Amino acid sequence: MLRLDCLRSIYSQLENSLVVTIMGAVAAELHSLGHRPNFFYLQHAMGLASSTGLGLALCLPEQRVIVIDGDGSLLMNLGGLSTMARYRPPKLVHIVFDNESLLSVGGFPTATSTGTDLEGIARAAGIPRVSTVRSVESFQAAVTDVMQKNELTTLIAKVEATGPARYVTDLALLENRFQFRRHIQSLKGALKIGESHENPDQVKEMATQKLMRSANVSRPD
Amino acid sequence: MPVSLTNSRLIYDALKKCDIRLLSGLPETWLVHLIRMADDDPEIILVRLAKEEEGVGISAGAHFAGVKSAMLMQNHGFLASINGIVSFAHLYKIPLLMLISSRGSFGERDPWQTQGGNATEPVLRALGIPYSFLDSADIVKKRIEQAQTLAESSLQPVALLLTRDLMWEE
Repeated sequence: MLRLDCLRSIYSQLENSLVVTIMGAVAAELHSLGHRPNFFYLQHAMGLASSTGLGLALCLPEQRVIVIDGDGSLLMNLGGLSTMARYRPPKLVHIVFDNESLLSVGGFPTATSTGTDLEGIARAAGIPRVSTVRSVESFQAAVTDVMQKNELTTLIAKVEATGPARYVTDLALLENRFQFRRHIQSLKGALKIGESHENPDQVKEMATQKLMRSANVSRPD
Repeated sequence: MPVSLTNSRLIYDALKKCDIRLLSGLPETWLVHLIRMADDDPEIILVRLAKEEEGVGISAGAHFAGVKSAMLMQNHGFLASINGIVSFAHLYKIPLLMLISSRGSFGERDPWQTQGGNATEPVLRALGIPYSFLDSADIVKKRIEQAQTLAESSLQPVALLLTRDLMWEE
């Protein structure tokens, strides 16, 4: 299965979500399908796309957040899985394209090519819903399903180690970053830039979320 | 434990005064009171990390969401976060308020902290990160406010080093 076909199959479902991708082929291919202001491509800082999604999801609990990760990036921040599982924001969807390869630097095999099982790691980290798909149809069905659910999900999609001819797009990194933030600020319920954060509704919502998290998550400390 | 509760409270109140609504952290001795205060505060989202570099991504997400945040970490956590700082916060101009406990400096008894103590300021300078010290109770409020203001206006990481003189009572 090709990552590009997977992305194409869910592209229309990404419209009302906040989407954070890793660098390389994922960013270039999603961009090639048509950039939207709700897409942020993290073009470096490998491993931190999932953390960025977690930060967004904790601050905007009503908002669907989709992280599009990869095996190389996830292997650089396996601890982040435990942090996501600890706070488990219900509307966070964590998609991992596993091509068993560091494709953009020459296709060197990652540890998933020699048996490391990302589904098993995610499950053992405490992510409540985890599955692996191997066809475009099952990928599309799994994403459609999870978009209806309110439970943190990691979806591993096994894809071929092929990608676009080039990775640089015509979207400047900072243009993407400022556009993404401005888009979020324009959404209903989000705070406006420069506005005081003494917003009683948001503070109350955060407090509610915090109580929910502490009720759901047993803390050893 | 002789970590100053009074001065931890001063720091915490100053962060709240700056509209900080999310704190990420990884426990270290000097930060225990601050993390406990955040945990007890329904207005604060506390994110306990596995590794400090995650906090860069979480703060970036919070910034995109319009929520002000700060990172609580030991200087070894800062050293562990450098790639995230350079290839996310610097590359994408993300404001980061970093409160870094400055272990391994004068008065340090733990041998394992000492190399990190030597490296912290040179690394901050090498990265071009503006930094200052929280070294007495009377400057805490003002300096945290100044650091937060600079981080937001310049869209970059700014560091405050929490010193032994402020954090440790014995």
